[in-house]
Formats: sequence, structure tokens, C-alpha cells
Amino acid sequence: MTMVNLTLNGKQVSADVPDNTLLVTFIRETMGLTGTHVGCDTSQCGACVVHVDGESQKSCTMLAAAAEGASVTTIEGIANGDSLHPMQQAFHENHGLQCGFCTPGMVMSAIELVQDNPNPSEAEIREGLEGNICRCTGYHNIVKSVQAGAKMMGG
Amino acid sequence: MHHTTYVRAGSTDDAVARMADGGQLLAGGMTLIPTMKQRLASPETLVDLAGCGLAGIEDEGDSIRIGAMTRHADVAGSDLVQTAVPALAALAGGIGDRQVRNRGTIGGSVANNDPSACYPAAVLGLGGTVHTNKRDIAADDFFTGMFETALDEDEMITAVSFPKTGKAAYVKFPNPASRYAMVGVFVASGADGTRLAVTGAGSDGVFRHADMEAALDASFSADSLDGIAVDADEMISDIHASGDYRAHLVREIAKRAVAAC
Repeated sequence: MTMVNLTLNGKQVSADVPDNTLLVTFIRETMGLTGTHVGCDTSQCGACVVHVDGESQKSCTMLAAAAEGASVTTIEGIANGDSLHPMQQAFHENHGLQCGFCTPGMVMSAIELVQDNPNPSEAEIREGLEGNICRCTGYHNIVKSVQAGAKMMGG
Repeated sequence: MHHTTYVRAGSTDDAVARMADGGQLLAGGMTLIPTMKQRLASPETLVDLAGCGLAGIEDEGDSIRIGAMTRHADVAGSDLVQTAVPALAALAGGIGDRQVRNRGTIGGSVANNDPSACYPAAVLGLGGTVHTNKRDIAADDFFTGMFETALDEDEMITAVSFPKTGKAAYVKFPNPASRYAMVGVFVASGADGTRLAVTGAGSDGVFRHADMEAALDASFSADSLDGIAVDADEMISDIHASGDYRAHLVREIAKRAVAAC
């Protein structure tokens, strides 16, 4: 067992977990935040993307123990009270989802993408979302959402 | 995933000592963790190298030295790499996806020597040097076969050096699902002539193609590669592509890499 201490959505959390606990398991099962999804077991789908110290990471492909001391932000941590994050609002307004399963990862990847590149082209958005798979193949509206989200975030 | 014990090494010496006790080194984990999830690997002890101080990029005059734990995103975004070896920065920026580049490391990629990984092509194509806790290993001596390297049991990579090279390019034909190279060619033209390394295709892993290098030394142009034979029997043949197809791609991608120089 390993004691993991990290900041989750701005709150200090600690738990003693088996060493082989993945960060996504820690988030979903230990901490009960189920907005972060697991869509595959091969590290390819990106439904589990969270921010670790401000950078997008696949939480299914790192151990919780490796996030010791880090600041982790999940989809639950980006809204401001009842106001959606601009990227969430953009996905809502542009119907950037069909079944919605991939959405948490898409939104988290998109936010980092826009933070790095405030005014991305369509090609840059598609390239930036290569690590996120939408099984409904709803990419068209997802790209539209990210373009709108980038504008709403101030790009 | 099977049970494992996670430890964090505090230094290279600490990591090597733990490796001697049977520990499996963990760099970015972009291959190792998925492999463990599939239960294809079940190390009893994982030794995380994140705290060993092995990340960073240094200017060493004629070459650049990249610490083993330097992530792909940091190589891709480095002003120094973009200036000194732009083809290397571009290669790092095309590995996997954004999240892989935010965590995967050069040391992990080179040590794993996946036959479809991008970095081995750069190390071999540029004639780089692999630095370990024990010695310096020339690229030509480092990659010894599929997933095999010259590293001893008690040896770990600490850094990789690359000569500054402006005339170089890497072109990848990516597998559309995994982004690994179906075929990737790194070509570099330096003081010692042309080096051309191929990843993704060879059944023994990354390799140099002597006939293409000779043709490019005679005349550095894509047309020089017309008609040069690539042996399909030495290619990987799998569900993604036959050996014949990969052999064809090797010459085609090599031509594109030369044209991109």
C-alpha cells in the first residue's frame, strides 16, 4: 500500500491505496468522482484525460502514486459554481457530443490545447485531439465546439 | 494489473541499486503501464525515475544532450532543439498524441527499442550517443534487435546526445490507430556523409540502409533512390501491412525524407 497525497480539484486529499492503483481508479473509485471515464484498456481512447499540474494526461496510464504531490483537475473541477467552463458551454451550445462518453476527456484535452494555442486552426484542433476517440464519430461538432470554446476563452 | 510495489528512486545510483534487486525501471510508462494493464508484464517492483533529476536539455557546442527523463513535448518545444536539430524537434512533436508527449520520455523510448518507435530512428540516423550510468554507447552499437539493446542488466540510460545537424528530416507513415510508425525514415547529411535509418519496418528493429546511404552520398536527391532494392524478407509482416508493402513504403518514405531535407 502507498499513501497518496494530492490536490484534487483544489482540495487536499489523501488515501492509502494499493501500489498498482491507476490514477483514474483513484479518482473514480477512491474519491468517487466518476466524471472521468474509462473507455478502453489500451490507453488509446482519451476518455480518462485529466490535468496533472496543468497538463493533459491519460489518468489510466499513470499510477496514482506517481501523482504524489501533484495538482489534479478533473471535469468536475472546471466549472465555476453553476456556471459551466466556457469550453463546457461551447460543447453544450454546439452539440459537441452524441452519447457523451468521450466528452470529459475531449473537454479536458481541448482546454489545454487552447491554453497553449489560443486561436487554433481546424487542423490544429484535429491534431490536438488525436489522443481522444469519439466512438460516435462526432468529430465535426467537437471541432466546432473547440473553435467556439477558444473564442469564449478569450482567443 | 498484477500487484506491484512502487518505489521512487532518488538518484541514478539509487535506481541502479534497486534494479540490481530486481526492480523494473519506470520512466514515462507510456509502454510499460499499458503492458502491465494487459498483464503482459508483471514486475514485482517498479522503480520510478521521476525524482532522479534526469530531465533537461543542454547545449554542448557541437552537440545537444537530452536527459533520459526529458519528455517528448519538452524536446518538441525546445528552442535549442528546434535550432540545433530541427528534424529531431519535429520527430518528437509527432510521437503518439498530445498526452503521450506530455509523459513519454526519450530514455524510455530508446531503452525499449520498440521496432515501430520514432526515437530509435533519430538516434541511429543522426549517429547519436547513448549515455548510461557506466559508459557512452554509439548508436551503431546500441540497437541490437527487436526490443533489444546493448544495455547490461545493471545499466540505465542517463542521457542521449545528438550532433547538431541542420540537413536532416524524418518522415513517418503512421499507423492511423496507434500513431506508431508503419514505416519511418530519418535521413541526415553531415560531415561524415549520409546516414539513413528506418524504423517500423525491419524485423530486427531499426536499421540503416547502406545502399541508400551510398546512393545519397553520390547524389543527395530523392531520385537517387529510384530502383534501390529493399528486401521484403527482412520486413515485418503483420495484419497492418505485408513485408512487400513495407518494403515499398521504405523506399517511398525515404524519398520523401530526402526531399524534405
